[in-house]
Amino acid sequence: MEHLDILLTASFWAAVLRIASPLIFATMGELICERAGVLNLGIEGIMVIGAFTGWFAVYAGLPLWAGVATALLAGMAFGLLHGLLTVPLGLSQHVVGLGITLLATAAASYAYRLALPRVTTPPRIDPFQPLPLPGALAQTPLTYLAFLTVAVTAFVLARTPLGLAIRAVGENPQAVEAQGLSVTALRLGAVTIGSGLMAVGGAFLTLSAFSSFFFEMVNGRGWICIALVVFGAWHPGRALLGALLFAAFDAYQIRLQQTLGAAIPYQVFLMLPYALSILALVIMSRRARVPAALMTPYNRGER
Amino acid sequence: MPATFRISRRRLMQTTGALALAGLPTRLLAADPIRVAAVYTVPVEQQWVSRIHLAAEAAVAAGEIEYVFSENTANTDYERVMREYAEAGHQLILGEVFGVEQAARTVAADYPETAFLMGSSLPPDAAYPNFAVFDNYIQDASYLTGIIAGAMTRSGKIGVVGGFPIPEVNRLVNAFTAGVRETRPDASFQVAFIGSWFDPPKAKETAFAQIEAGADVMYAERFGVSDAAKERGVLAIGNVIDTQADYPETVVASALWHFEPTLQAALDAINAGVFKAADYGVYSFMRNGGSSLAPLGTFEGKVPEAAMQLVAEREAAIKDGSFEVAIDDSEPKSS
Repeated sequence: MEHLDILLTASFWAAVLRIASPLIFATMGELICERAGVLNLGIEGIMVIGAFTGWFAVYAGLPLWAGVATALLAGMAFGLLHGLLTVPLGLSQHVVGLGITLLATAAASYAYRLALPRVTTPPRIDPFQPLPLPGALAQTPLTYLAFLTVAVTAFVLARTPLGLAIRAVGENPQAVEAQGLSVTALRLGAVTIGSGLMAVGGAFLTLSAFSSFFFEMVNGRGWICIALVVFGAWHPGRALLGALLFAAFDAYQIRLQQTLGAAIPYQVFLMLPYALSILALVIMSRRARVPAALMTPYNRGER
Repeated sequence: MPATFRISRRRLMQTTGALALAGLPTRLLAADPIRVAAVYTVPVEQQWVSRIHLAAEAAVAAGEIEYVFSENTANTDYERVMREYAEAGHQLILGEVFGVEQAARTVAADYPETAFLMGSSLPPDAAYPNFAVFDNYIQDASYLTGIIAGAMTRSGKIGVVGGFPIPEVNRLVNAFTAGVRETRPDASFQVAFIGSWFDPPKAKETAFAQIEAGADVMYAERFGVSDAAKERGVLAIGNVIDTQADYPETVVASALWHFEPTLQAALDAINAGVFKAADYGVYSFMRNGGSSLAPLGTFEGKVPEAAMQLVAEREAAIKDGSFEVAIDDSEPKSS
C-alpha cells in the first residue's frame, strides 16, 4: 500500500514533530492550569500574544532565546491577570478565559500596528534552524525544549511536594488549606506558569515554524490543546501522545491530499485530524478522571 | 467615536442640503480630492489587500483622494463599518465583500449617493446602481509565469498550495497551469488547499509534503510556500506581490496585480458623475495595465531563452488583443 508507506518515511515523522511542538507546549500549560483546578480558556489569545511578543523581541534585535523568554513573560502576565480574576475573585472561568483570549488577541493586533504602522509585507526574522541531526531528529532546539517540558512537568507533578500540592488544590483545596498551604498562591502560580508555556507554544510558530507574525496564525491551535488535555486524561505523558497523534493525522492528511486529492474533496482531508481526534477522545475519555475541583472557585473559610 | 461621527454627519447633511438647494447633482466638484474609505477584512499586509492599499496611498500622494481605512474588520462587523463610512460622507467606499455579498448590497441600496467599489465574486446588478465590483483578474500574468515554470521544472511536477478554492484563486491557478502546459505538456500538478488564509506554518508544511513527493517548482499562492521552497532548494512562482527580495534564490517570477487602473477608472467615473454598477475586473487585465510579470531580477539569464521568447510573444499578443488567456473559475485538482 503506497498510502501506508508514507508512515515509514523520516520526512513524515519530521513533520509530525514540527506540527506537534507548539501543541505540546500549550497542552502542558493548559494541563498545569487544570490540574490546579483552573480551566484556562485564555489559551488561544495567550498563544497569539506569545507568537507576537516572541517574534517582536527578535525583530527588535534581541537574540532568539530572549524572544522565547519574552513570550514566556508576556504569557505569564496574561496568566496572572487570568489568575487574579478567577482565583481570589472567583469569577466564572469560562467568561474570564474567553475574555482573556479576546483581550490578548486584540492587544497583539494593536501593538503590532502601533509598532509597524506602515509595512506592506510582514517583516521577517531569522528563525531557529534545525539541528544537524539525521532524519526526523533534524528539529529546531525549541522542539527538543517541548519534549523536555513534558518530562519536567511529569516529574514535578508526580514526584515533588510542589507537584503534590498542585494536584491537591485541583482535587481538594480544603485539604491543602488544612495543611497550611495557600490555595490562592498555588493556583495563581500554576495559572501563571501554565500561561507562560502556552505563550512559548505560540512563539514556536513565529520563531521556529515560520519567521513572521500574522494576526490569525494561531488558527485554533489553542482550542485543540484544551481537547488534548482531556484526551490525555490530565496526564502529561498521555497528553504528549495525543499531541503526537493529532500531528500525525495532520501530516498524513497533507500527504494523502497530494495523491488522492483529485478524487476526494480537500475539505475531507482537512477534517480528518479533527474527526479522528474526536473519535480518539470518545474512546480515551471513558477512563478519564477529571480533577475534582476543576472550575470550582475556592473561598477561604466557606463550606 | 460618537463626537466625530456626529460632526461628520452634520457636515454631510449641510453639504447635501446646500447642493440640493443649488440644484446641483450631489457629486462634489472634480477639483476637490475624493473622500475614499476602505473596509478590509484582513490586515493591509495581506497580499491581495496590500495592492489596493498601495494604490490608494499613491492616489493620496497625488492629491486625488483623501483616504481612511479599517483593517481586520470581521465579516459580522462589515455592514456596520460600511454604514459608518457612508454616514460620514465618504464618496467612494472600497473593500471586499466575498463573505458578505448580499448584506453589502443592502447597505449600498441605503446610500444611493455613495459609490461602492467592492471585490466580489458576483456580477454587477442594475438593481444596485451604485455598487460596482472588481477582482484581481491577473490571469494574463499568471499564465506567463506558468510558461516560465514549465521551462524551469526538471521533474515535471509542480506543487500548488492555496488557501480556499474560491474563483479568484482558481482562476489564477488554472491560468498558471495552462501556461505550464505550453512549455511542459506532460507536467503533473499537486494541488492542496489549507482551509485558511493566514496559517503560514501550515502552508509551509503542505509545501514540504509536495516537495518530498517530487515537486521542484512551487506555485506560492500563500505565505509560507516560498519559505519551504527556499529551505529545500527548489523554485517558487510568486502571486500578486513580488517577494523575490526575500527569496533571491527561490522566487523565479511573479504575477503582479496593480490596482491603480481600477481605482483610477472609479475616480474618473465619480468625477464625471457617471459611476454605475459595472464590472471593473477588466482593469486588472494586462492590456489595461492591471497586471504584469515582475522583472526576473536574480533569475535574469537563468530561464531558457526559448521560454522567454514565448513569454514576450504572448505578452505582446495579450496586449494587442490577439491572444486571450482563458478565464476558468473551476476548482483545480491534482493531476
